[in-house]
Amino acid sequence: MKKLILIGIALLSITAITAQSAEERGLQIANEADKADQGFKSSIVNLKMTLKNKNGQTSERLLITRTLEQSDDGDKSMIVFNSPKDVKGTSTLTFTHKIGSDDQWLFLPSIKRVKRISSNNKSGPFVGSEFAYEDLSSQEVEKYGYKFLKENGNLLIVEQDPVDPKSGYTRRLVTYNKEKAYRLEKIEFYDRKNSLLKTLTYSDYKLYKGKFWRALTMNMINHQSNKETQLKFSDYNFESELSEDDFTQVALKRAGK
Amino acid sequence: MLNNTYNQKMKFKFSLLLAILLSILNITAQKEEKKVTHDFELELEAEYRYFYNSALFEGQKDHFPSLGISPEYSLAWNKGYESINFKGFFRLDVDDERTHWDIRELYYQKANNNWELSLGLKKVYWGVTESNHLVDIINQTDAVETFDGEEKLGQPMAQFTWTTDKYGSFDFFYLPYHRKRTFSGKKGRLRFPVVIDKDDLNYESGAEEWRQDFAFRWKHYFSIFDIGLSHFYGTGREPLFTFDDIGNINAFYPVINQTGLDLQITHDAFLWKLESIYRNAEAQDFFALVAGLEYTFSNIDGNGLDIGILVEYLYDERDELALNALQNDVFFGSRIAFNDTQDTSILIGGIVDLESSSRIFSLEASRRFGNTWTAAIEARIFNNIDTNEFILSNFREDSFFKVSIAKYF
Repeated sequence: MKKLILIGIALLSITAITAQSAEERGLQIANEADKADQGFKSSIVNLKMTLKNKNGQTSERLLITRTLEQSDDGDKSMIVFNSPKDVKGTSTLTFTHKIGSDDQWLFLPSIKRVKRISSNNKSGPFVGSEFAYEDLSSQEVEKYGYKFLKENGNLLIVEQDPVDPKSGYTRRLVTYNKEKAYRLEKIEFYDRKNSLLKTLTYSDYKLYKGKFWRALTMNMINHQSNKETQLKFSDYNFESELSEDDFTQVALKRAGK
Repeated sequence: MLNNTYNQKMKFKFSLLLAILLSILNITAQKEEKKVTHDFELELEAEYRYFYNSALFEGQKDHFPSLGISPEYSLAWNKGYESINFKGFFRLDVDDERTHWDIRELYYQKANNNWELSLGLKKVYWGVTESNHLVDIINQTDAVETFDGEEKLGQPMAQFTWTTDKYGSFDFFYLPYHRKRTFSGKKGRLRFPVVIDKDDLNYESGAEEWRQDFAFRWKHYFSIFDIGLSHFYGTGREPLFTFDDIGNINAFYPVINQTGLDLQITHDAFLWKLESIYRNAEAQDFFALVAGLEYTFSNIDGNGLDIGILVEYLYDERDELALNALQNDVFFGSRIAFNDTQDTSILIGGIVDLESSSRIFSLEASRRFGNTWTAAIEARIFNNIDTNEFILSNFREDSFFKVSIAKYF
């Protein structure tokens, strides 16, 4: 009898733990993933973006992305376009914030103008691609609510609900790889009507500085429009020692020329 | 004679500057760094402008086929912190004065942590508003190139920028040479009854184009505010027109002090904008401002369609003597961006004079074809222009359409 009671208590406490921990465990996984990527300081990477429409026609964009890690706020990043040639030198500078809207400036090389732009448009496509601005901005833990869904071998699937009502998604199903420093393997995006909109898969992972996993290929498929965008990263450079001075409006003009 | 020696002195100063520049280049090139990147680009452009109303003045044409060439070359080393940049421009046009060439940029630049130095011909833009660019004063306008005044001539300068963490950035400009504004020739539209040769315009300063000018700008941002404060002391970029008793026009470039303020508040999808200047010269003092907002409805169709609404109020104390005729006007416009793979975009707008019947409507649209071609159309329509408008009335028959295609190599 005593045994039974004990088992009963044990069962109750397990259910109590699990009931309370779907959210907690989700958050914990996101924190682990965030922690695993801390300390990369700065990086420079070349990016080839291939846009494919539903008839299979493709067009390409070449960009360079510089990122500066921030410990107490979201990261800073600068993107410079190298092609198509008519927009060569067009650049953006983004200061992501853990809470509140990001600060963003655009440099237009033809008239040498730096323009502060609204970061309101999160759900809009980035340069005609299947990536929305919010898909490419720095992934801060504070930007989502979490719910752990299931474990599949090494893979942990967590539901993330965007905090910002301007997000284009009701939720994202994110697959983490617990054995590989909680790197991302897949994200499924559900639109505002809660139907599956896009799937992003990460592949060609490479380990840098023995610690930081970077996917060299990311493929986004839009299930509703049948369009696709592939990102190919090359020449990752973690040794560039970029500083705050490389992420100013003056540096933005210099980068875009 | 006095002018001559002065000019020679200035030319000497300029060549001294050039020599210093070259020796800096030499030193840095020697000790620096293995990796040098070269980049060459070429843009070829063909355009056709058609003025559909019969010309107001004798000699003016209706059809203007034209070709433009812009080569660009840059050389960068020291991880991009040092570079030499060149951008040239040549246009061939029916109007002899619009046939012109320019060195838009040819400068050496060095950046080191929190400072940056540029020496040579360069282009600098200041400001936030769309319908008028009051604060922007460093470069002379290439007025024959475009009607909106956004094309500029290369300006010789030494620019030093100092960036601080807490107090924003400080720009110091030394501008050793003034460039005169271009004007349409006899065959060209958008001109006065008398053809103005740019060389007929004189200077208030005895040093003429070699007056040594200075400018300063402070630029900072905090949270949703972006602010710029600037001061320019030197020969103005806008010629000043005066009239004697018998109606003769006398036009010259005055020495001016101009203080400018630009402010933008970026709040959600709203951009609130203000530009204001106060210009002081012996012959003229005035105040001008542009204030307005831009609001963007983004991703309307879930496919990336953005529609922006622009409204700006323009005021210029000079009244009808304001060269651009924007003395008490309202600009309204809409920017439509499809955010498709071809970057299709349309900008439509109109300027309404609050004191007269004058209206100017405009349309600009552009799109990419393939990876290396773009096509654009533009229209400017002068509607009900008040014949009492001192400057604008000369353009009242100069509504036009323009189509252009460009190829990038």
